[in-house]
Amino acid sequence: MHNMSEPVVHQHTAPTGFIRKYVFSLDHKVIGEQYYGLALVAVYIGLVLSWVMRIHLAWPNAAIPGLQLLSKTGAPGGVLTPEYYLQLMTMHGTIMVFFVLTTAPFAGFGNYFLPIQVGAEDMPFPHLNMMSFWVTFVAFCVAISAFFVPQGPPLSGWTAYAPLSALGQVAGPGQGTGQVLWAVSIALFCVGQLLGSLNFISTTLDMRCKGMSLMRLPLSTWAWFITSCIGLTAFAVLMPACILLILDHVAGTSFFIASNLVVNDQLQPHAGGSTLLWQHLFWFFGHPEVYIAIVPAMGVVSHVLITNMRRPLLSSRVIIYSMVSIAFLSYMVYGHHMFVSGMNPFSSLAFSFPTLAITIPATIIVLIWIGSLYGSKLRINSASLFALGFVSMFVSGGISGFFLAQPSIDILLHATYFVVGHFHLVMAVAALFGIFAGTYFWFPKVTGRMMNETLGRIHFWVTFVGAYCIFMPFHYLGMAGNVRRYQAFVDDFMAPLMPVHKFITIAALITGAAQIVFLYNLIHSRFWGKTAPLNPWEATSLEWSTPSSPPPFDNFGGKLPVVYHDPYQYGIEGATNDFVMQTDPAQINSPRDEK
Amino acid sequence: MAKLFAVTIIIIAIASAVPIVMHTWEPPKDISVHGKLIDEQFSETMVEAGACFLAAQLILGFFIWKFSDRPREEKIKSFPGGARGLVAAAVIIVGAEVMALGAFGTKAWASIYFTPPAPDATQVQVQAGQFAFYFRYPGPDGKFGPIHPEQISEATENFYGLDTTHDPDSKDDIVTAEMAVPVNRDVHLLMHAKDVGHSFFVRELRIQQDFVPGLDLSVHFTPTEIGRYEIVCTQLCGLGHYNMKAYLDVMSQQDFDAWLKKQAALQ
Amino acid sequence: MATTVHEPPKVTRDGPRPPSSSGGGRGSSSSPGSSLRVEDSSPASRTGVWVGLAAITMTFAAFTSAMIIRQGSSYDWQHFTLPPVLYFDTAVLLASSVTLELARKRVGAFLHGSQTQRSSGSTFLWLTLVLGLVFVGGQYAAWLQLRSEGLYLATNPSSSFFYLFTALHALHILGGLAGLTLVLWRFSKPRPTLQVSTLSTVSYYWHFMDVLWVYLLLLLWARI
Repeated sequence: MHNMSEPVVHQHTAPTGFIRKYVFSLDHKVIGEQYYGLALVAVYIGLVLSWVMRIHLAWPNAAIPGLQLLSKTGAPGGVLTPEYYLQLMTMHGTIMVFFVLTTAPFAGFGNYFLPIQVGAEDMPFPHLNMMSFWVTFVAFCVAISAFFVPQGPPLSGWTAYAPLSALGQVAGPGQGTGQVLWAVSIALFCVGQLLGSLNFISTTLDMRCKGMSLMRLPLSTWAWFITSCIGLTAFAVLMPACILLILDHVAGTSFFIASNLVVNDQLQPHAGGSTLLWQHLFWFFGHPEVYIAIVPAMGVVSHVLITNMRRPLLSSRVIIYSMVSIAFLSYMVYGHHMFVSGMNPFSSLAFSFPTLAITIPATIIVLIWIGSLYGSKLRINSASLFALGFVSMFVSGGISGFFLAQPSIDILLHATYFVVGHFHLVMAVAALFGIFAGTYFWFPKVTGRMMNETLGRIHFWVTFVGAYCIFMPFHYLGMAGNVRRYQAFVDDFMAPLMPVHKFITIAALITGAAQIVFLYNLIHSRFWGKTAPLNPWEATSLEWSTPSSPPPFDNFGGKLPVVYHDPYQYGIEGATNDFVMQTDPAQINSPRDEK
Repeated sequence: MAKLFAVTIIIIAIASAVPIVMHTWEPPKDISVHGKLIDEQFSETMVEAGACFLAAQLILGFFIWKFSDRPREEKIKSFPGGARGLVAAAVIIVGAEVMALGAFGTKAWASIYFTPPAPDATQVQVQAGQFAFYFRYPGPDGKFGPIHPEQISEATENFYGLDTTHDPDSKDDIVTAEMAVPVNRDVHLLMHAKDVGHSFFVRELRIQQDFVPGLDLSVHFTPTEIGRYEIVCTQLCGLGHYNMKAYLDVMSQQDFDAWLKKQAALQ
Repeated sequence: MATTVHEPPKVTRDGPRPPSSSGGGRGSSSSPGSSLRVEDSSPASRTGVWVGLAAITMTFAAFTSAMIIRQGSSYDWQHFTLPPVLYFDTAVLLASSVTLELARKRVGAFLHGSQTQRSSGSTFLWLTLVLGLVFVGGQYAAWLQLRSEGLYLATNPSSSFFYLFTALHALHILGGLAGLTLVLWRFSKPRPTLQVSTLSTVSYYWHFMDVLWVYLLLLLWARI
């Protein structure tokens, strides 16, 4: 069956037994679903945390019923203490960035669909793949356990700047055990992602079926491949940073803690460490991380848009080259998080130019998307709505980045709500829209059932309008001087801005409620949704050529596909429909058909 | 539904632009010498970013309106110029605009960071610690006495750990909880972190700079308007971060001298 | 308004067009008895091991820059002399790479059927394993030496980095030893289940640990 010197370690026979099938599965599809499930749990935890934060910001003295059950000291009578606000904020960021935005679009969809889209039966290292999920799962459990230690989770933000994060309990509640658990969790997460990247890269390079050249890969596959390359270098730097942080906590070292620090009138025993070292290591990871969050979404959105426009993009190659440029540039820009950090001001200027330059490939991608809409035959459904919504959100969020890329303007906007608005629009909203688009699009293939289209559209409308209502005002707040990471605003300066905060909170609660509609739709359709045809979107890529939905354990029912075309042969005259599948041997005289 | 979506995008785009155009929420008035360059940069960026934002969203909406619900027999058309034209547009128009703004923006940055403080600048040191700012003036001898970290004590209000018995330079140092400076004179602000990372932000001054534990750095600026302004901490420093603020009083030279004398008497 | 109307691509149904290029890397097919290079292995394992080594490289690169920055951030760095056992250890590790290569040739030949005796392959594998264990033992001896001089993990940034680098490397060596054990176990079965790709992967990893160690030794010698 395989034309290889040695068989790949995959199951020749279908797995049996509940444990092997659903728990410790070697099947990339199950692993993908497990990752998606993990992200689903994480996102609702993160969402609830954001509600608590938003309610507290609008009404600082409000008692949130039930919160005292989570922490008697952190929320006595349900009213958040200042430290607990920061602790919840830290966990909100950590859970969302790591366990949602890195997990779902990349590990979730990627694990499920990358092997299928390249025409493979599975990934080449299924045991490592299984390990990558379970390590990530353990990392999640360790992170959540921080809620339940006596002083609670750390309060240093998802960015965990030293020395606040390194000094230990003396620096604040949650900074002892909570911070160590955080660091352990993140270090484990890095390991899980590195194992995943290994599989993604090997699958893309070495497991493609006959006829599947690199240029015939769907854009979603390219996106996952590029993301895994970024992840390889990024996570491999965050892990050392976390190890050094843990050592500063438990071993008395001073990697990040400078000399002569006095906390609570006590001279700290550490000496000689470098405060900025943490920031350099963290942001060297941190900036590529945001591209890890967005590039898969770009791939999914391209894929979904093409299918629903019934035409290929003006140029897939340009999209691929642009994504590669973004990945490449992403390593040169990290200092834009540190413009006013105290690093050499020349460095700040140096970092600002690649940051501005990265606008160019991002703009190219957006222009190609919008330009491809021209003359297309756009179909509207939940998936395409979210894909189009992504384009709008990405434009909005990306443009606010343009302000922050300039050090002189950053003086005014750094650490204000402008930054929070920017990153929420591009990550929380745009990347999330990518996840939603992928979900609505691929649900029929994964489950064999259709999601409810009416509920999908309701979900879309409330989320789209709601997200703008929440995050656009953040920019105005930031411009007006609203500082971030404050648990409450206690002075006259902020008084005129409080109505804006209340508006945002109400919008957040309504938008959050729409996500319950999504969850209901997901679960209900899983079991009682309408049976889906094999290729409900009339799409061309390999996942739609599997003999069943969900695909059989070896994806293609015993016979690997042979590919004759690139994945985006839409708008074909003379075809039975307006598309030709990748596996269809029909010859096409299209200049655009990639070889 | 496509047309409704198209209209929604356009409405949201225009609605987002309204507060900007109407100047509803704006940075507080600039009171510094270098701030003018920053504000100009900001306005220029807003115009260009705003134009790109509106153009992209409006065209997106328009294309969704025009190219949805088309009959099956319609042919697919390609955008004139194709991918090549768009790449050229992105690189030449957007690229040039973006890099130009970056290049021009270096002037504003340089005016703060690549110029030395004036020789007659008012010297002030600020120490950031959980959760307050304390300021120190060098006194008539113009010298700051050394900081003894082991002697820092909130309890005895020896915020800087000064040893006035053994260090002659410390004797005339003036430590205050509020910062006052004379107007229209350069201020040389020395920044010292006591415990963790903090940041010094005065919106009106257009100055924001992190404190770095272990690294004593400084900024300089010239305030141009008398008034009372908030100094807020903008780097997460612990549970009291939201409440960590002080006030900057910009006064006439006369008033400042009087204030300093009064503060000296209180030491 | 001039628009570019693409003549829609036409479909012809006169038989499948032969795919222009073959799909993703297929390893050269093996047939027993052919003169095979020992490094023949499935492309996926080769890619996999290079990817893994890239990640390990980045990790140590991050620690290296941490050390350089830490050294420059303060005046409290106290240099000390490297325990001499490290040089002995280096020789041991280099020797183990040699024995591993000798093992690989012989094991590969046995697996491909061109050799019927597996004892020499086994011997060299065992030798590699033992040398690896000696290396780890030598690292431990180095730590004991430092402890006797009063240099512990947190004593000084120089000692911190020394322990950090050597411990992390030793941890990876232990991983390599686990791989070697797996290889030995599969090879020692009455009907060996060892695949050439597994042996190659473990070998690449082990040699890389060697190279990494030489780099670390130079780094520590120059800067500690």
